[in-house]
Amino acid sequence: MVNGSADEVDTFIRTLISYRSMDRTKTIEILQLVQHKYGYISRDIVSSISRHLRKPEIEIMGIATFYEQFRFNKPGDHTIKVCEGTACHVKGGAAIGQVLERELDVGHGETTKDGMFSLERVACLGCCALAPVLVMDENIHGQMDTSRLTKLLGKYKKGEVS
Amino acid sequence: MATATNMESKITLLVCQGTGCVSSRSPEIREALEAAVEAHGLSDIVDVNFTGCHGFCEQGPLVVVEPEGIFYAHVKLEDAEEIVKEHLKEGNPVERLFYKDPMTEEAISYYRDIPFYKHQKRIVLRNCGHINPERIEEYLAVDGYKALEKALSEMTPDDVIEEVLRSGLRGRGGAGFPTGMKWRFCRQAKGDPKYLICNADEGDPGAFMDRSTLEGDPHGVLEGMVIAAYAIGASHGYIYVRAEYPLAVSRFRMAMESAKENNFLGDNILGTDFSFDIEVLEGAGAFVCGEETALMISLMGKRGIPRPRPPFPAVSGVWDKPTNINNVKSFASVPVIINRGAEWFSSIGSEKSKGTAVFALTGKIANSGLVEVPMGTPLREIIFNIGGGIPEHKKFKAVQTGGPSGGCLPGEKLDLPANYEALGEAGSIMGSGGMVVMDEDTCVVDIARYFLNFTQAESCGKCTPCRDGTRVMLELLTNITAGRGKEDDIETLKDLAIVIKDSSLCGLGQTAPNPVLTTIRYFRDEYETHIVEKRCPSRACMELVNYEIDGDECIGCTLCAKNCPVDAIAGERKEAHIISRDLCIKCGICHTVCPRKVQAVKKVDSFPQGGEGS
Ligand SMILES: Cc1cc2nc3c(=O)[nH]c(=O)nc-3n(C[C@H](O)[C@H](O)[C@H](O)COP(=O)(O)O)c2cc1C
Ligand code: FES
Repeated sequence: MVNGSADEVDTFIRTLISYRSMDRTKTIEILQLVQHKYGYISRDIVSSISRHLRKPEIEIMGIATFYEQFRFNKPGDHTIKVCEGTACHVKGGAAIGQVLERELDVGHGETTKDGMFSLERVACLGCCALAPVLVMDENIHGQMDTSRLTKLLGKYKKGEVS
Repeated sequence: MATATNMESKITLLVCQGTGCVSSRSPEIREALEAAVEAHGLSDIVDVNFTGCHGFCEQGPLVVVEPEGIFYAHVKLEDAEEIVKEHLKEGNPVERLFYKDPMTEEAISYYRDIPFYKHQKRIVLRNCGHINPERIEEYLAVDGYKALEKALSEMTPDDVIEEVLRSGLRGRGGAGFPTGMKWRFCRQAKGDPKYLICNADEGDPGAFMDRSTLEGDPHGVLEGMVIAAYAIGASHGYIYVRAEYPLAVSRFRMAMESAKENNFLGDNILGTDFSFDIEVLEGAGAFVCGEETALMISLMGKRGIPRPRPPFPAVSGVWDKPTNINNVKSFASVPVIINRGAEWFSSIGSEKSKGTAVFALTGKIANSGLVEVPMGTPLREIIFNIGGGIPEHKKFKAVQTGGPSGGCLPGEKLDLPANYEALGEAGSIMGSGGMVVMDEDTCVVDIARYFLNFTQAESCGKCTPCRDGTRVMLELLTNITAGRGKEDDIETLKDLAIVIKDSSLCGLGQTAPNPVLTTIRYFRDEYETHIVEKRCPSRACMELVNYEIDGDECIGCTLCAKNCPVDAIAGERKEAHIISRDLCIKCGICHTVCPRKVQAVKKVDSFPQGGEGS
C-alpha cells in the first residue's frame, strides 16, 4: 500500500483505465484495483475515476458505498477482520468483536487514533470449522477466545510482531 | 499421465492446502516434509504433494499417506521429522497423530475407516483432497475432461440437455430448479450472443461448500461450465466469486490457463467449431448479489439491486441477452452425469431430489466440515453418525439449514430426510448447503435476531417491505433479547413476517422472516421466557446474563482478576474472588481464563435464584 498525491493517483487511474481499456462497466473492478493499491477510496480517487470514465462522482460514490468491501478512510498499519458469520456467532464470536471495540476504542470500519489498527467485520471467511475466526492482516486465527485475543493484541502493541 | 504411475509405485504424502489448513500453516509443514524426505534420502520413493480441502478442516492440518491411506490429523511443524523417520523409513505409523473418534475415543489410522468419511457419498467433492488442484495432469488422470470430449464428439447440445434433464439434477444454489429445464429455456431463447454464469458468490455467512469445491477441484467446475456452454450455445462466460475467497480465485484462474493450453477452453475447443471463454469477476461484499438478477447487474458494474422477474435471465440477462446462471455445485455435478449417465445419477437420492447434497456442517458439532450425502439422508444421520454429535456431552437443541433464508428445526424433526420437499414443509429450506448445529447453550431468539440483523443490513433498500419491515422486526427482536420485550411482540413479529414474505421484490425479503417464523413455531417457550421472565435460559443473550464467582470453588489463583480489562474483580491470592456487577462489562474473559479444573466463574441468568451454574 502506498500513499499517493492527487496527481500520482490520477496518473495511476488514467493508465489503468486506458491500458486495460476499461470502461464504465468495469467500475467495480477499477475501484477494487485502486483500493488494493492505495488502501482506501479517497475523494481524489473518486474524482479521478469520475473524470476518466465520464461518469458523475455521485454515481461512483453510489456504487462504492453499496459494496461492503470499500473503505473511505485510511486504514491502520494492521487490519483486523472479525468474522460475523453464523458459525462464528454460534461459537461466541460476538464477544470477540466487543472486546476489540473496547480495547481499541474504535467502531467497525474505523482506525485507532495512533493509526495502528483498523477494525473491519466480514460475514464469513469460509473457514467456519475453525470458528470463531479473526484475520490479522493476512493471517487467519481460528478458535479465538477473548483471552487469546488480548494476548494477540498485546504482542502487536509491544511490537513483537509487525 | 505420469502422476498415475507415480502414485502406484511411489509413496505420496498429501498435505491439505485448503483455506482452513493453510491458516494453520500447512504450506510450511509441506516444506518441512519435503526437507525431511530429502534428509533421509527417500526422495526416490516418496513424493510430497498437496491437495485442496478434504472437508475436515476441524482436524487440520491434515496429511494423508497414499497409497496406504493413513490419515494424520492436527499435524504440527515439528511432527514432520517423526512422520518421515518413523513411518516412512521405519515403517511404524505415528499413532499419536491418528484421528480420534470423539464418541469412542478410539484412534483410527485409515482414511476410509473414519466415520466422517465412511458414511459420505462424494460426487461434487469427488476429487477434493485427492488430487493436486493446480495440476491439470492429475485431473486428467481421474478421467478429467472425458465428459467434455464425449459431449463434443458424441452428443448434440440437445442430447446433453436431455441427459441432464433425465438425471433429475436440480440447482444447488438454493431454489432447486431443474437444471436441464433451465438450459433448454436458454437454448431456445432468441438472442445472440448467449452468456453463461457460474454463481460462486456463496452469500450464506457460515458456509463454504462452493469455496472448497473451487479450491479443491477447479477443473471439475470448469469442465461443467464448458459442457453447459456447449449445451445452451453460449460463447462467453463469467464466474462471479465472493470477495473473501482469494485462494479459490487464483486456483480457478490457474485451471483456466492450463485448460486453454490443452484446448479445453478458448477457441475451437478440441478441434470443433465451438469456442467459449470465461472471465473471472470478484464480488465486492454484498449478500444480495448472490441473487441472480442482482448479480447480473453488479457484473455490469452497477449497484447490485435485484429487478422483478419475468423476464427471466434465460430470456434476458446480462446485456439483455439470454443468460444461464448456475451454482458451483450444479456445474461440478455435470461431468459425472455425462460420464456415468443420467440413470446412474438419478438412482441416487430420493424421489424428487436426485443426486447428492453437500453441507457445510458447523457450529456445536464434533466433526465440523464438508459433508456430501445422497439427497434424503436423515438429518440425524448427518449430525450424529457423520458429524459425531454434540461435543462436551451437551444436548442438541436445533439445526439451522439454508442460512439467512432458512429455518431452525428442533430435535423432533431430526428424522426428516434432507431434501427440498421435507425441509420446505418443515418451514426451512435446503438452501445452498449451510448447516449450523446448536446446543443447549445457543439461544434461538438470539439466532433469529442474528439473522435479521444480517438480512436487514444486506437489504438493498429498493422495496419497502424488505427495507423497513426487517428493520422493525430486528428492533422487536433486539428488545426481546435485552429483556425489554412485550407480551404481544410475538404476534406482531408473525404478522410482519407474513407481509414481508408476501410482498418483497426478491428472494432476500421473501425468505428473510424464515428464521424468525421457525424459531417461534418450534421454540415459542424460549421467546416467552425472554419476554415474561426477562431471562435467557441458554445464558447467551449478553444483556440477560451475569458472571459470578462461586466462593466455595474459587482457589484464588488471581488469573481472572489479572485478566479483567476493567478491574471489576477483587480478592486476595488464595482467597475467593468476587465480581462487581456495577463494573462488570460481561466480556467473559474471566470465564475463559478460569482453569478448567476449577471452573469457579459461572455464567448465570439475571436472577440470582436462577443461577444454578453452567
Ligand atoms: C438473497 C439471495 C441470495 C442468493 N445467494 C446465492 C449464492 O450465494 N449462491 C448461489 O449459487 N445462489 C444464490 N442465490 C440463488 C440464485 O438467485 C440462483 O437461483 C442460483 O444461482 C441459480 O443456480 P442453480 O439453478 O444452480 O441453483 C441467492 C438468491 C437470493 C434470493
Ligand atoms: S462463520 Fe466465521 S468463518 Fe464462516
